[in-house]
Amino acid sequence: MRAATRVGWAFALPFTLLFLVFLVGPVLASLAMSFTDIRSADVRDPLAVTPIGLDNYARLFRDDQFVQAAGNTALVVLFGLPLTVALGLLAALGLNSGLIRFRAVFRVGYYLPVVTSIVAIAVVWRFLLQPESGLLNSLLRLVGIDGPNWLNDTNTALPAVIAMIVWRGLGFQMVIFLAGLQAIPQELYEAARIDGAGRWARFRHVTLPALRPTLLFVAVIGSIGLLQVFEEPFVMTRGGPLGSTLTVAQSVYSQFSFGNYGYASAMSYLLFVAIVLLSILWFRLLRTEESR
Amino acid sequence: MRRMRRSPDRAATTVLYVVLVAGLLVMTAPFVWMLLSSFKSEGELRQAPPTWLPTDPTWANYRELFDRLDFPLYFTNSALVAILVTAGNLLLCSATGYALAKLRFAGRRALFLLVLGNLMVPPAATFVPQFVLVSNLGLVNTYAGLVLPNIALAVNVFLMRQFILSIPDDLLESARVDGAGEWRVYWQIVLPLCGPALATVGILTFLGSWNNFLWPLVVATTEDKYTLPVALALYSVGQNQTRYGLLLAGSTVIILPVLVVFALLQRRFVQGIATTGLKS
Repeated sequence: MRAATRVGWAFALPFTLLFLVFLVGPVLASLAMSFTDIRSADVRDPLAVTPIGLDNYARLFRDDQFVQAAGNTALVVLFGLPLTVALGLLAALGLNSGLIRFRAVFRVGYYLPVVTSIVAIAVVWRFLLQPESGLLNSLLRLVGIDGPNWLNDTNTALPAVIAMIVWRGLGFQMVIFLAGLQAIPQELYEAARIDGAGRWARFRHVTLPALRPTLLFVAVIGSIGLLQVFEEPFVMTRGGPLGSTLTVAQSVYSQFSFGNYGYASAMSYLLFVAIVLLSILWFRLLRTEESR
Repeated sequence: MRRMRRSPDRAATTVLYVVLVAGLLVMTAPFVWMLLSSFKSEGELRQAPPTWLPTDPTWANYRELFDRLDFPLYFTNSALVAILVTAGNLLLCSATGYALAKLRFAGRRALFLLVLGNLMVPPAATFVPQFVLVSNLGLVNTYAGLVLPNIALAVNVFLMRQFILSIPDDLLESARVDGAGEWRVYWQIVLPLCGPALATVGILTFLGSWNNFLWPLVVATTEDKYTLPVALALYSVGQNQTRYGLLLAGSTVIILPVLVVFALLQRRFVQGIATTGLKS
């Protein structure tokens, strides 16, 4: 072995070993397990299990609960992602408009939910959404609206969970957008102004194109987070009522706790594939000339 | 011309402020309500309409958490795991980041590609085989089992590498000419220059571990190894689910330390996250 290689690995080896064993290995093992009928009883002897080909994957499509969970997860991404991105961008534009004093106060306030434990804040939201003693419905009553029993109604439970997810996530997007906005050269705006571009035209033709790499980043990170939503329904609704807030990550966890490791692995691999596909989609839609 | 444009601008500013302040209230009110309500009695928490200020403030909820229930232990577990995970990542990932950024060695490119590829792997997709592995190592329901799968995280190697790339090669080269070995270059030149990156990685890793739920839920099988989020989540869906005061005090115990640290270090947090976003 060359000396340089020895030195390089002296630095990288401790990390690499742990990384291979605990993170890379499981990605491959997950795929392998998804083609077997491995159950919790087989844990001591994981190589002795029977390969069953694609049976687990075929079963997924006949499993009504999983299909429902996949649909709910899709809705979380479909509504959660545009809302978080739009509100995060609006907040960033507001704070970046140059007129704003106390910018740091706003930035910190909007970012607060991001740093908090999802479990803890989901518990708090459960109280805010109580039908009688909850803060939200008592505010709605002030303006004469009789709020629903948010988390116990199949029509409102998923929207309520999505609202909480958006509330918690938009601060992260805002901070990324702020950094992106501040990297746009002021000369571009000056030039657009000289050309007679109004506020909207400047946003449409200067800000948005310049934010493409930022949009790509928040779309990818946002999709990854939303596709594995777990804590919020776990704490707020346990997936109910009638499975209306059940997510894929929750299904993986419940199959795992029933001991169906092979089947759980198939579910989680499908989740992984969905993440990769969605990321590829964002890259194709939002890549810029430089990143091609 | 100028004068004419000013007044609509002022109106726009007012609207902007109103919207931003309203947003700020929506973002922060849940925390204020949580903190205030953790001092309320069960009866007051069930009252409709709800109150803001506790009519008869009491420490009873906290006393029960800390005296009757094992919250001091869960707090210690959370803190211990977070400290070990953070220390491990700082050490392992800065060394690997240095190797990837500044040393040429066989396998470097392959390692970097593995790190990049792993950034997209969700924990929900790997916890089942991780559990099989950890149970074969005999580490279920141990601190080692809680810590090891999170001790070498790809994202931290990525961040350290990106930061160390910006350190000029000349600086390292002149130290090598003076006879410093790679270990000294790393320890005495690179690490001291990595202050901001280490702070970012440290804060984000600690926070990630403190708030982590899925893995400790899977691997901690008896109460004495629970971390705070696991204990709170299981209380909130188990026999204590109707103990409103207890749950709100529990949430406050998890959230408040983080909010205090965040308020103190907010510049570092926000800048670190923003640079992460821009660089990738």
